[in-house]
Amino acid sequence: MLVLALDTATPTLVAGLARRSTDGVTVVLAERAVPSGNRHAELLTVAVTDVLAAAGVTVADVDAVVTGLGPGPFTGLRVGVVTAAALADARGLPVIGVCSLDAVGSGARTVVTDARRKEVYWATYAADGARVGGPGVVRPEELSVDGPVVGDERFAERLGADVTPADVTTAGLLRAAAAQLADPSSAAPLVPLYLRRPDAVPPTSFKPVTTT
Amino acid sequence: MSIAARNEPLVLGFETSCDETGVGLVRGQTLLADALATSMAEHERFGGVVPEIASRAHLEAMVPTVHRALAEAGVQASDVDAVAVTAGPGLTGALLVGLAAAKAYALALDKPLYGVNHLAAHVAVDELQHGRLAEPSMALLVSGGHSSLLLVPDLAREVRSMGRTIDDAAGEAFDKVARVLGMPFPGGPPIDRAAREGDPTAIDFPRGLTGPRDAPYDFSFSGLKTAVARWVEARQRAGEPVPVADVAASFQEAVADVLTAKAVRACRDAGIDHLVLGGGVAANSRLRALAEERCAAAGIVLRVPSPRLCTDNGAMVAALGSRLVEAGIPPSAPDVGADSSLPIEVVTR
Ligand SMILES: [Zn+2]
Repeated sequence: MLVLALDTATPTLVAGLARRSTDGVTVVLAERAVPSGNRHAELLTVAVTDVLAAAGVTVADVDAVVTGLGPGPFTGLRVGVVTAAALADARGLPVIGVCSLDAVGSGARTVVTDARRKEVYWATYAADGARVGGPGVVRPEELSVDGPVVGDERFAERLGADVTPADVTTAGLLRAAAAQLADPSSAAPLVPLYLRRPDAVPPTSFKPVTTT
Repeated sequence: MSIAARNEPLVLGFETSCDETGVGLVRGQTLLADALATSMAEHERFGGVVPEIASRAHLEAMVPTVHRALAEAGVQASDVDAVAVTAGPGLTGALLVGLAAAKAYALALDKPLYGVNHLAAHVAVDELQHGRLAEPSMALLVSGGHSSLLLVPDLAREVRSMGRTIDDAAGEAFDKVARVLGMPFPGGPPIDRAAREGDPTAIDFPRGLTGPRDAPYDFSFSGLKTAVARWVEARQRAGEPVPVADVAASFQEAVADVLTAKAVRACRDAGIDHLVLGGGVAANSRLRALAEERCAAAGIVLRVPSPRLCTDNGAMVAALGSRLVEAGIPPSAPDVGADSSLPIEVVTR
């Protein structure tokens, strides 16, 4: 089956196309990793068009869509999730959401990505790739890491550990979605992993316009 | 539906500039569907729209709202000929959900995409009810997010700003005065209701920017809002009861007076005899009545969409998209983005 994979949980958007055989073997046909900062909404569908063209297929050939659900900065994250939902809906395809951190690196590791506000998103994985901790959001100083760390290397100093640079990949997204791709009816609804509440505080009292 | 009508393009429109998730379907100038989800109830306790809450709600509502629109219109997604979406102005995070969704539908259906101006769409929606717009027309758009007076020589190609608010939008003034009077958010409907029992001449609230040297078509509602609050607070401090109905009626009269006087003056000065009202505040009963009265006296044809189409919705975006398709305007580039302060002169980008 031909799978379109998307992720906008980090400042580098990912769009990839992979062929997955019935025995689970995955071949990535085309991939774009675009450093797009906060321009995900502008560049994501352009990247999708590019990977379709690079693989010599059309959107009508796609059989399933996989998307990262974050955690990631909210505005950018939603771009990938809603794009995946809408593409899949328009073509009547299954859409599968995965934790974006699952698609960074492989094997036993702790993944850290930038959560802004001096915090990181994190998750920890066992040697077989199973997530055993997280996803969470924390100040790097408060994260006790044991074993290799991959992801955003800018946090090495504050973590007190080496960080091997790694990003979300198409292969990683497909690996994280393997079980649901084998049985698309098991895919859960697409709910982003926000991990933080919206910043909004109900006013307790309204101050008068006039001061006496 | 006639055979001719069936040959007209079917346009799918997305609107997510504020708290309403709107998906509309229009064929030519015929409204087929206007599906709406709103997160208004979630913002109530904050006394205003919280952008992040609105954006989360847009994402949740998007695909279900598309399904409702398609079902209402009795069409398939594959029948769609073009996709239109609000590209601004509005809340950035909210705009981006609609923009990304619209781009994805356009890509998946292999149809052109038009990123359009929300304000021009407020004008276009009237064509679904009252037929082709007279061009040039004047348009007065008033809501919680905007207060603008527009000159519309050609809705598909040329829209000009005549005037705008220099501080609060008219709808914001309604929300703030409602709060002062202990009414719920949004403030428009409760003030309209209370004002029916009140005397609009009871209190002479200020008419902003109506002096001889003031910008003739710009608006200001901040001073009015403050004047109402001062008046009410003075009463409260004196331990006197606040005549809520009179305050509401007098405030509403001040807003409607300024808006309609300036709109009619703009029409006269520019020699234009058609005025279109739009935006949520255009649902206000006193604004509608006073606009009718003054337009009739000035020989201006007034066009006001039904209240449901005055507030933000997807049909208005589809209506403008349909106009652009008909006019042969080129679609937006694939990397079109959202612009929270998209200038009114940009009908499509
Ligand atoms: Zn509006």
